[in-house]
Amino acid sequence: MSMFDQLIQKPWEIDQSKIDDLYVGAGSPGVRKKVALRVFLAVVAVFFTLLLTAYGGRMVYEDWRPAPQIGLLWANTFLLILSSVAMQWAQYSVRREKMDAMRVGLLAGGAFTLVFLFGQFLAWRQLAMMVSFDVTNPAIGFFYMITGLHGLHLLGGLVAWGRTVLKVWGEFEVATVRQGVELCTTYWHFLLLVWLVLFGLLFTGNNLDLLLKLCGIR
Amino acid sequence: MEHVAHDASDFSRLAEVGEMELYHPKTFIGKYIWSQDAKVIAIQYSITAIGVGLVALVLSWLMRLQLGFPHVFSFIEPSNYLQFVTMHGMIMVVYLLTALFLGGFGNYLIPLMVGARDMVFPYVNMLSYWIYLFAVVLLMASFFVPGGPTGAGWTIYPPQAILKGTPGATWGIILMLVSLIFFIIGFTMGGLNYVVTVLQARTRGMTLMRLPLTIWGIFTATLLALLAFPALLVSCIMMLLDLLLGTSFFMPAIVSLGEQSAHSGGSPVLFQHLFWFFGHPEVYIVALPAFGIVSDLLSVHARKNIFGYRMMVWAILIIGGLSFVVWAHHMYVSGMNPYFGFFFATTTLIIAVPTAIKVYNWILTLWHGNIHLTTPMLFAIGFIFTFLHGGLTGLFLGNVTVDLPLSDTMFVVAHFHMVMAIAPVMVVMGAIYHWYPKITGRMLDNSLGKIHFWFTFLGSFAIYLPMHYLGFLGVPRRYYAVENIDFIPQSAHSLNAAITIAALIVGAAQMFFLYNLVWSYFRGKPSGANPWNATTLEWQTAETPPQHGNFGDELPVVYRWAYDYSVPGAEQDFIPQNVAPRDVVPSNDKK
Repeated sequence: MSMFDQLIQKPWEIDQSKIDDLYVGAGSPGVRKKVALRVFLAVVAVFFTLLLTAYGGRMVYEDWRPAPQIGLLWANTFLLILSSVAMQWAQYSVRREKMDAMRVGLLAGGAFTLVFLFGQFLAWRQLAMMVSFDVTNPAIGFFYMITGLHGLHLLGGLVAWGRTVLKVWGEFEVATVRQGVELCTTYWHFLLLVWLVLFGLLFTGNNLDLLLKLCGIR
Repeated sequence: MEHVAHDASDFSRLAEVGEMELYHPKTFIGKYIWSQDAKVIAIQYSITAIGVGLVALVLSWLMRLQLGFPHVFSFIEPSNYLQFVTMHGMIMVVYLLTALFLGGFGNYLIPLMVGARDMVFPYVNMLSYWIYLFAVVLLMASFFVPGGPTGAGWTIYPPQAILKGTPGATWGIILMLVSLIFFIIGFTMGGLNYVVTVLQARTRGMTLMRLPLTIWGIFTATLLALLAFPALLVSCIMMLLDLLLGTSFFMPAIVSLGEQSAHSGGSPVLFQHLFWFFGHPEVYIVALPAFGIVSDLLSVHARKNIFGYRMMVWAILIIGGLSFVVWAHHMYVSGMNPYFGFFFATTTLIIAVPTAIKVYNWILTLWHGNIHLTTPMLFAIGFIFTFLHGGLTGLFLGNVTVDLPLSDTMFVVAHFHMVMAIAPVMVVMGAIYHWYPKITGRMLDNSLGKIHFWFTFLGSFAIYLPMHYLGFLGVPRRYYAVENIDFIPQSAHSLNAAITIAALIVGAAQMFFLYNLVWSYFRGKPSGANPWNATTLEWQTAETPPQHGNFGDELPVVYRWAYDYSVPGAEQDFIPQNVAPRDVVPSNDKK
């Protein structure tokens, strides 16, 4: 039953009372973790949307100076896509109880993520060594802050990933591992999506500028 | 309402509800310090919040002493005054009210009222409290660092918040920002628990529309907080980077104290947008739990079902949604496109509609009710007065043309204190008088409670009614001294002194409350399980106070909504939510 349908019920009426009595109660621990992750992802989505909005809000001022583009980010993006594909492979495998393939997928996902983070660090260094580097340029400040916060979210994901990795050796309960892999995969896909939006709009040219112009804001 | 006692044969067989695994502590430390039990965490949150709130109360006394009797208290320097203003505001709004309503009442009431053994992630819930405590310690530490706490105002607007010349512009503001970041991290952990527990841990029969309004209020406020606090988080991070790494998100090129700052290109107005995108929903993060709780208090103590339950739920949700599109009404004087001002004034006025519906429904709940003027009920009725008063002055300030002359005057101070300080505190007090018997097994002393109420209620009006008048005169807020200003007459200074005396009396009256809390814990009259004859599940526990796991061997099964009071045909004037229709004792006329 949709949320809207529930909200129009009249709980004090006898007919509704009979229907309400059929509500079976609490969800399983697995469902709870899924719901918690979704709510958390909504919070993270708001967080990055606000950063994006702040970027756009600052961009509309006349004195805006774009940050130089860094080619390495394309390679990093490719690595993050690979990590997400590897996690998807791990999820596909664990659902079919192919545990060796799941282990490979999981480890590859984490490894690609670590390389991505190292790549981001190299991108930071590249920018810092450019002649046009100026810490008081908001565009450069935003670049460091947004990539840093995205990286921190990935590091947090790696903690959960590490806990799952520790469970997949030796004897383990398939259902628990399956859930861990599924939650990690959802999180990885989400952070890839966030990165693609940030990368596409902010770090590959004047795309956000174009979008703002299309919306008539700039 | 006769339908409530319908035939048991109508029931279909109910499915079994899933039990959760609880962590059972064996040591004192595990049980009461590093506790994973939501009830203990609730008490930890409440004691910490009230403790830090008392610090903020003392700060308000110091402010009022300076305003009422300038130059008498030589230890209050202008910079101290600004620090008191700042810390009082931030502590009261975030560290007291948000923490108390969501961390305190949320933790205690959600599992009990939805029929769960505990929050769904008890370990994360425990972490939430300890991170909150760390945030409080960081904030309090700012009183002891060089330069003292920040004096930038609770809105911590850049550029002045981090410029030399503002009190606490180095360590003070750093500690404030870091403390807020930890607060938000801790809250997010708790908030996820509250939301998922309400959505996924309700017992058999407890549909969403059978939830008490207290839960609806806390649930919606938690959603607001989860979605609004990221804006504060973003602004704190950006300001910290401006301060520590020299970025220029908010800091423009500026000459301060004769020196050109190293910053360039930042936008202070961007901070204001981010801050108020959090700041306005914050008003409702505090107000919505109060709305929910007061609805339940009125219904229980008037022995009548809440009027317009569905409308009350919808109003909570609509207010929550609208609270995200009114933020710029705090920024009319910052300069904005006139169309924006029109838009935000319109949304601000629209939010008055669902709010008014709630006020009407509270009054209609009282109408023809069997009103018991217990202490919780007095505070609940007091809330209606104070909230109505503060809400109506909010309508004035929501209009751009009225706001411009009144902005930054004492009128604004009076408005927001009535609507989001006194009104929610009335509910906090009413709620504590109401649920204290469940938490401790003892009643709070009624006479002390009534003395406490009347001093607080009448005293609040003695403080804030005249303050509106000061605002009309143009007396500015946040000023250390307002003497020798042509447009401020001597009578305004006399009024300021009277307000200070009233504030000191109201503050002192809170000692009745604190004394009552401690005295009743040891000597109060034993309450029994359900002293108010209430219907909701927290009053139906096997033991009072409820033990670890809340409900003994079996979780309750819910058969009705939360407001079956004075049901025709039933012997008692209340039918608990877990009483099956077949178990309802008919009244003597029907026997």
